[in-house]
Amino acid sequence: MAPLMVINMTVKRTENTKESIVDLGKDVLGQLKKVQNPNISLPVRALSNIKFDEKNKLIILGDKMSQRTYMNIAHTRKFMQTLMVAAECKKLLSETENTTTSIRDLYYILKRTIPGTTENTFEEQSESDPIIEDLEAALSTLRENLHLHADQKGSLVGPIVIEEPKFGSETDCMKLGASGFGIPSICEPDTVKLKSTTADFVLVVEKDAVWQRLNEDRFWKNHNCIVITGKGQPDRGTRRMINRLNAELKLPVYVLTDADVWGYYIYSVIKQGSINLSFVSDRLGTPEARFIGLTTQDVVKFDIPKNVTIKLNEGDKKRAAEMLNYRWFRPKEWHHEINHMLKVGHKLELEALSAKNIRFITEKYLPEKIKKKDFLP
Amino acid sequence: MPDEVATQEEKIKSAEELSQHQKAISISEFFEKNRHLLGYDNKTKALMIIVKEGVDNSLDACEEARILPDITVKIEELEKEKYKIIIKDNGPGIVKKQIPKIFGTLLYGSKFHRLRQSRGQQGLGISCGVLYSQLTTGEATEIASSTGKEEIHKYTLKIDVKKNEPVILNEKSEANPHKWRGTRISFVAEGIYREHKQSVLEYLKETAISNPFANFIFESPSGKLEFRRGVEKLPIIPKEIKPHLYGVEVGLFTRMLNETSARSISGFLTTEFSRIGATTATEILKKAQIDPKISPRRTTDENIVNIVKAVKEVKLSKPPTDCLSPLGEKAITKGLQKELSPDFVASVTRSPAVYRGWPFQIEVGIAFGGTIAEANFMRFANRVPLLYQQGSCALTRSAASVDWKRYGLDADKLPKGPIVLMVHICSVWVPFTSESKEAVASYPIIVKETKLAFQDAARKLSLYLSGIRRAERIAERKRIFERYAIETARALQELTGEDEKKIKGMIATVVEKRWGEVVDSPSGNGPTDGD
Repeated sequence: MAPLMVINMTVKRTENTKESIVDLGKDVLGQLKKVQNPNISLPVRALSNIKFDEKNKLIILGDKMSQRTYMNIAHTRKFMQTLMVAAECKKLLSETENTTTSIRDLYYILKRTIPGTTENTFEEQSESDPIIEDLEAALSTLRENLHLHADQKGSLVGPIVIEEPKFGSETDCMKLGASGFGIPSICEPDTVKLKSTTADFVLVVEKDAVWQRLNEDRFWKNHNCIVITGKGQPDRGTRRMINRLNAELKLPVYVLTDADVWGYYIYSVIKQGSINLSFVSDRLGTPEARFIGLTTQDVVKFDIPKNVTIKLNEGDKKRAAEMLNYRWFRPKEWHHEINHMLKVGHKLELEALSAKNIRFITEKYLPEKIKKKDFLP
Repeated sequence: MPDEVATQEEKIKSAEELSQHQKAISISEFFEKNRHLLGYDNKTKALMIIVKEGVDNSLDACEEARILPDITVKIEELEKEKYKIIIKDNGPGIVKKQIPKIFGTLLYGSKFHRLRQSRGQQGLGISCGVLYSQLTTGEATEIASSTGKEEIHKYTLKIDVKKNEPVILNEKSEANPHKWRGTRISFVAEGIYREHKQSVLEYLKETAISNPFANFIFESPSGKLEFRRGVEKLPIIPKEIKPHLYGVEVGLFTRMLNETSARSISGFLTTEFSRIGATTATEILKKAQIDPKISPRRTTDENIVNIVKAVKEVKLSKPPTDCLSPLGEKAITKGLQKELSPDFVASVTRSPAVYRGWPFQIEVGIAFGGTIAEANFMRFANRVPLLYQQGSCALTRSAASVDWKRYGLDADKLPKGPIVLMVHICSVWVPFTSESKEAVASYPIIVKETKLAFQDAARKLSLYLSGIRRAERIAERKRIFERYAIETARALQELTGEDEKKIKGMIATVVEKRWGEVVDSPSGNGPTDGD
C-alpha cells in the first residue's frame, strides 16, 4: 500500500483553544469591573446567517452576531450555562493532553440544582449540546479541540488500514466481523491516522441494515471500496471520516439513501455541511460527493414494483418545497428529481429494492449505477 | 253567562248594607297584616331590621345634636327563636312627653314633612319594632331616656293596634346622679340570630364603614366586638330645602296650593319652591296663560295642569345642593380602611346631580387586597346599608354595567377576588322601590352617575394594580438575576482566577446600577435557534 499524504489542517492547537476560552472569561470579568451589563458575542447559527460558498460548494457561516447578555431574563440562564461549559472545558484542557470527556459526561458534570430553587443548571443534554456548539463557533475552535467527544455512531468496512496512536492499535478493516470498524467521534489526523488503502471509491449508505447487507455480501471486496454508514444522519466523526477519505486519499464518494426528502437532506449534509454546524463545513463537508440513489426515477429505470412505493405525506411535501428553495439544491438535476417525486406522489425506501431480489442492490443496482456513472450532483 | 244570571237573581245587597262593613283601618292594623312591606318578612331579617331602626334613629339624633355617637347593641337569646335586643346610645335623649308618641304611634315623626337628607323618613321604623315585638312575643318594649339632666324617664309600653296609640304599662322617672344622657331601648322579639351576609353583624360592619365618626359595640350571642371610630369629625348638617318644580306633579302641587300662605300664584311659586325668582315665575305663568296675581286658592285644575306643562318648557336653575351631606372621599377611605384593612382604597365623590327635581349625590369606594377574603358589594342610602334586594337595585345594575376587566380585574358582572365595592347615594328623597327601603329605583341619571363614579375609582385602582404588577415583574427579574449569579461567578472564577464572592458582588452591583437599561426582550433565544 502506498504511503498517504497527510493534509495539514489549520486547526488551533490545545493551548490556543485554552487561551481563547480564558479570554472569553476575562472579557466578561472586564465588563463586570466596568459595571457594564455582561455580554458574550456569538455567531448566529441559523438559516438567516448561512451563505452558500459557490466556489467551494459549502454551506458557510455568515458574520451576523447575536449578543447573549446577563441582564436579559431570556438570556440569563444561557449566559450562565455558556460560562459553565467554558469553565469545564478549560479544566479538561488543563489536564493531560489525551483526556477527553463525552458530551453526555459534560452534561452530568455540570448538572446541579441551583441553590434555593428546584431548578437545575441543565435539565437535559439537549441544553448543553447547543452551548458547546455556540462556544465552538464563538471561539473558532472545534469540539474535538475542547477535548469533547460524542457517542461513536458510524461504521466502516473495506480495504483500509487505520492507526490510532493513542491506543497503539492498527486496524485492517478487511479483517473485521459483522460490526466493522467503529468510527470514533473524534476523528482528527492526530488520533485517527489513515495509514494505507487500495480502495477505488467510498460508498456511504444511510441505513445500517443496508450496510449489513453490503458487508455480508462482501460488496467492498468485490468492488474494492470502503463502505460506510452513519446510521441515519451521520455524526461529526463519520462526516469527518468521509471528508478525510476524500480529501486525504482522493477517493470518490458515492452516497446511497432512501428516495425521500430526509435521505436527500442527509446527502446534502454530507456534501456541503449543515446549517447548525456551518462553522465547520470545511472539515465536515465533502463537496465532491455524488448521489448514487435512490431516486424516484429509479422506479421506472429498474422496473421496481409500484406496490413497494410509499405515498407522500403532508410533511414530505412541505419539506420538499423548502428544499427547492435551498441554494444547495439548485442544480437542475435535483430540481428535476424533487419535482418528479412531488409529481408521482410517492417515495421509496432502500429496502424496497429487496422486493426484486435480496441481492438486487449489490449485484445489479449499485454496479450498474457506478458503471453508468448515473449520479446526481 | 247562565251562572252570572243566576247570581244576579240572588238578593242584591244594598250599598247601605255593604257600608256597615266598611271602616277606616289604622296603620297599625295594616302593618299587622302587611309587615313584609316594612321588611319583617322572616325571623332572621326581623332582628336586623329592629337593630337597624334603632341604630338609624340614634345616629340621626346624634348627628343633629352634634354628638359623636357611641352606640351599643346587645342581642341576648332568651329561648329558642326569642331574643332580647337592646340598643343604647349617648344621643341627646328624648323629652318625657314625646317618648310614648315616638315609640307607641306609627307614622309619628319629625322627618316626614321636611326635605332634608336623613336616615329615617316616615316615622315608621322604631314603632314598627315595638309592634313586631308585641305581635310575636306579646312582650312590651322598655325605653329609658334622659337628656342628661336630673331625671331618667322609663317607660314600658305597647301599641293599641286599632287606635294606633301607645298603651303605657309602666312609667316612672328616676334620679340621674351620673348625669347619663342618651336613650336605651329594649325589645323582646321573635327572631333567628345568624352571622351571614344579611345579618345584624353585616349591618353593623357596613354601618361602621359609612359612619366612621361613630363607635359601635356589639354584644352578640357569639361574643363582644367593637367597631371603632375612625374619624373625630361629624358630617355637616344638611340644610332643609323646598321642593324643586321639576319634581312636582299635579297632586303635590294641588296640596301645596291649599296649604300656602302666599296671596298670589306668582308669590306661591317664588316662596314655596326652590330657586324660583320673580322672572322665572312670570315666564312660567305667561306660558301657562295665567294671571300672576290670582289667589292660589282660586286656581283651577286646568290652571295647575298648564303650569306643570309650562314648567317643562322653562329652563330652571338646579336645586341647591347644601341639603346633601355626602361622606366625602376621605371618610369613605377611612371607613373602608378601618373595617377591612385593605392594601388600597380608591374613593370618588361625584358632584351633586338632580333626578325629578331632587338633588342627589353618588359616591363610591373600592377597597382591594389586604385582609379582604372575598368580593363584596355594599350599597348605602343616606349612610344606611342596604342589605336586601341587591339584584333589583339600580346601584347594583349600574356597577355591573362597568367593564371591570378593562381595569385589570377579574369579573363576572361585578368584580371577583379580594375586592369590596361600596356605593352611597345621598338625597333628600332617595327613590326606593318600596317602603322597606331596600333597593333604589332606576332613574337613568342615578345609574349614569354611579357608573361614572365607579369608572373613575376603577381607573385609580388599575393604576395601583399596574404598579403592583410592574413591581412584581421587577422583583421576579431580580430574582432571576440573583439565581444565576452563583454559578456564573463560580464559572468565572474557574476561567479567570478572580474570587467567586468578589465576582458575585460585581454582578449584584451591575444588576443594581444597570437596572434602568433592562428592557423587555420578546425574542431571546440567542444564537441557537435551530437548523
